[in-house]
Amino acid sequence: MAGAYATFTHITDYMGFEGLLTEEERMIRETARKFVNAEVLPIIEKHAQDQTFPKHLIPKMGELGFYGPSLPEEYGCMGVSNVAYGLLMYELERGDSGLRSFASVQGSLVMWPIYAYGSEEQKKYWLPKLAAGEKIGCFGLTEPDFGSNPGGMLTKAVREPGGKWRINGTKMWITNGTVADVAVVWAQTEDGIRGFLVEKGTPGFSAPEMKGKWSLRASTTSELVLEDVIVDEKASLLPNVKGLKGPLGCLTQARYGIAWGALGAADACYQCALDYAKSRIQFDKPIASFQLQQEKLAWMVTELTKGQLLVHQLGRLKDAKTYTPAQVSMAKMNNVNVSLEICRKARTILGANGILDEYPVMRHMANLESVYTYEGTHDMHTLVIGQEVTGIPAYR
Amino acid sequence: MKILVALKQVPDTETKIKVAADGKSLDPADVKWITSPYDEYALEEAIRIKEGKGAEVMALSVGGDTAKDVLKNALALGADSAVLLKGDGQGDAFAVAQMIAAYAKDKGFDLILCGNKGLGGDNAAMGPMLAELLGVAQANVVVKLELGEGTFKAEREIEGGSEVVEGALPAVITAQKGLNEPRYASLKGIMAAKKKTIEELDAAAVTAGAQVSALALPPERPAGRLLQGDAPAQAQALLQALKDEAKVF
Ligand SMILES: Cc1cc2nc3c(=O)[nH]c(=O)nc-3n(C[C@H](O)[C@H](O)[C@H](O)COP(=O)(O)OP(=O)(O)OC[C@H]3O[C@@H](n4cnc5c(N)ncnc54)[C@H](O)[C@@H]3O)c2cc1C
Ligand SMILES: Cc1cc2nc3c(=O)[nH]c(=O)nc-3n(C[C@H](O)[C@H](O)[C@H](O)COP(=O)(O)OP(=O)(O)OC[C@H]3O[C@@H](n4cnc5c(N)ncnc54)[C@H](O)[C@@H]3O)c2cc1C
Repeated sequence: MAGAYATFTHITDYMGFEGLLTEEERMIRETARKFVNAEVLPIIEKHAQDQTFPKHLIPKMGELGFYGPSLPEEYGCMGVSNVAYGLLMYELERGDSGLRSFASVQGSLVMWPIYAYGSEEQKKYWLPKLAAGEKIGCFGLTEPDFGSNPGGMLTKAVREPGGKWRINGTKMWITNGTVADVAVVWAQTEDGIRGFLVEKGTPGFSAPEMKGKWSLRASTTSELVLEDVIVDEKASLLPNVKGLKGPLGCLTQARYGIAWGALGAADACYQCALDYAKSRIQFDKPIASFQLQQEKLAWMVTELTKGQLLVHQLGRLKDAKTYTPAQVSMAKMNNVNVSLEICRKARTILGANGILDEYPVMRHMANLESVYTYEGTHDMHTLVIGQEVTGIPAYR
Repeated sequence: MKILVALKQVPDTETKIKVAADGKSLDPADVKWITSPYDEYALEEAIRIKEGKGAEVMALSVGGDTAKDVLKNALALGADSAVLLKGDGQGDAFAVAQMIAAYAKDKGFDLILCGNKGLGGDNAAMGPMLAELLGVAQANVVVKLELGEGTFKAEREIEGGSEVVEGALPAVITAQKGLNEPRYASLKGIMAAKKKTIEELDAAAVTAGAQVSALALPPERPAGRLLQGDAPAQAQALLQALKDEAKVF
């Protein structure tokens, strides 16, 4: 059941935000919105309940050009603006964070590093297939004992004779892991952290799915187990980056999209709560007429609006190539945080109905608990901003 | 083969319609405009013909500056070119048909596709009038279309069944829901549309066939009434109301 919210066709726009967009940015957002309304909202609650990812949408999103759209056309991508990419993430996450996570990983964490760090052959081979959704990718950085501090990772790659590498280690919390055709695996080497493309089916490589999540239930999350995995240097090693800046560079891309995406979930919850409050009668009046509920709605729309303007500015900076990772940290930290709070407030406005899957609210709220933690926790981004303004890193 | 698709911009079904101060037209403030859904079927059919057997597809709309959105969207979906006939596309269907006919005659279109009606106005008049003005064949409310060598075969919805009509091209075909499933504009199409331009022309001067004299919203639904008493009393009261007030007996 898509529930009462399926009919909302417009983005919440309190401050004339749409007027800041170019024509093609608006059209791209409309396409994504139509797609989400027709293809995602009617089926997503069941997938979340069943803990399954809607796999049939993968090629459809590829056909529409949803993966890595800001990469250049010569690799089968679209060369759209960063703002257009952000709007796409917004609309996808209005459907479900699992869908947005899929597109984030595919575009920003797999296609982007291949584009930025890969050889010409690797780019030519992988990017068009990943853009079309013919191949699926995942990004393996986090380990059981190294989350916020990935620099300490234990996964190790050593050079073998004949242009080969041997990789050993375990990754955890890897989105798309089980379904991926290729994993971008980060490993310690004698010259620092390096990235490797490991294909599904390589002997010694497996990706068992992690179950039991109360969040991002419509997204596949997996372990990656690498036991004496032998890969060919030319095909596998990403030649053009060394050190932690490799994976961190990818995360900056993905976090940028997440700062937009979270607002999509918040928008869905705000619109749902507003509609509910206007039609739900208690004490002979719509609950929207009570000050306590209006305070919540006013806070929600204000924070949503501020968040939109923040990511719009960040997107324009990114288009001009003048943005900094610390600016991305602020957008990710703030927007995910306020979005989670918007979802929680929406939940209270819906009363008991707020916990039901007839409405999208509890699903979005639970999803954002993951988003709050992944791609750098809320705390870590706070400390990045702290370091930016004080010059003192407080996380070490 | 050359195909012309006529597209109308209409208020989104979710727009809360307000009547303008003149009492004859819609207040355009706060209206969100969309392509009339029936026209989307027409455009999709044209693009499928283009993909299937090859064709040149031109999108056309009569309207003001805002109607360019409809044309941009058509270009993103796969139309090769687009023309905006600047004129009143919201009013009289006969006037619109004359404007399109004036533009389309002598341009060698083999097929003209449009929606069987414009959402909201629901006149279902423009397409048939256009065919008459151009002196070509027509098939309306079409749910299936096949093209032969200079011929068409169209299945159309009629009261309680369907009818198959055949005829020679050129022809005007008006589309009905069911003709196809329109696609979404892909990012590739949207980026490609950026490079295409919309030709803007003043619509031909025409004589109106009809004028809107007044436009009004339906009256607000009165509050419901709860019948009191036990079941027999309620039934009695209901019967009375149906007889005396609703006068259904
Ligand atoms: C659904 C889901 C999908 C994911 N997908 C991926 C993926 O595709 N690829 C991938 O590589 N990873 C993925 N992750 C992992 C994610 O990036 C990590 O969970 C995240 O980096 C945090 O690591 P952790 O869970 O080990 O928490 P920890 O690092 O153990 O942190 C626990 C708590 O301690 C705090 N903390 C840690 N260090 C400090 C400090 N120095 N100062 C103050 N507070 C501190 C944190 O803020 C947090 O509150 C995913 C996670 C989830 C939940
Ligand atoms: C899992 C579950 C189990 C339950 N079990 C039981 C049970 O065993 N027996 C039973 O009888 N009930 C049960 N309930 C129902 C529960 O008590 C109601 O959900 C609760 O009373 C709130 O009512 P509501 O959900 O209709 O919300 P509403 O009353 O519609 O409230 C919606 C929102 O409006 C606010 N609001 C309402 N009136 C005002 C006002 N005047 N001023 C300001 N704000 C206002 C509320 O605070 C809330 O934020 C259960 C609910 C749940 C979720």
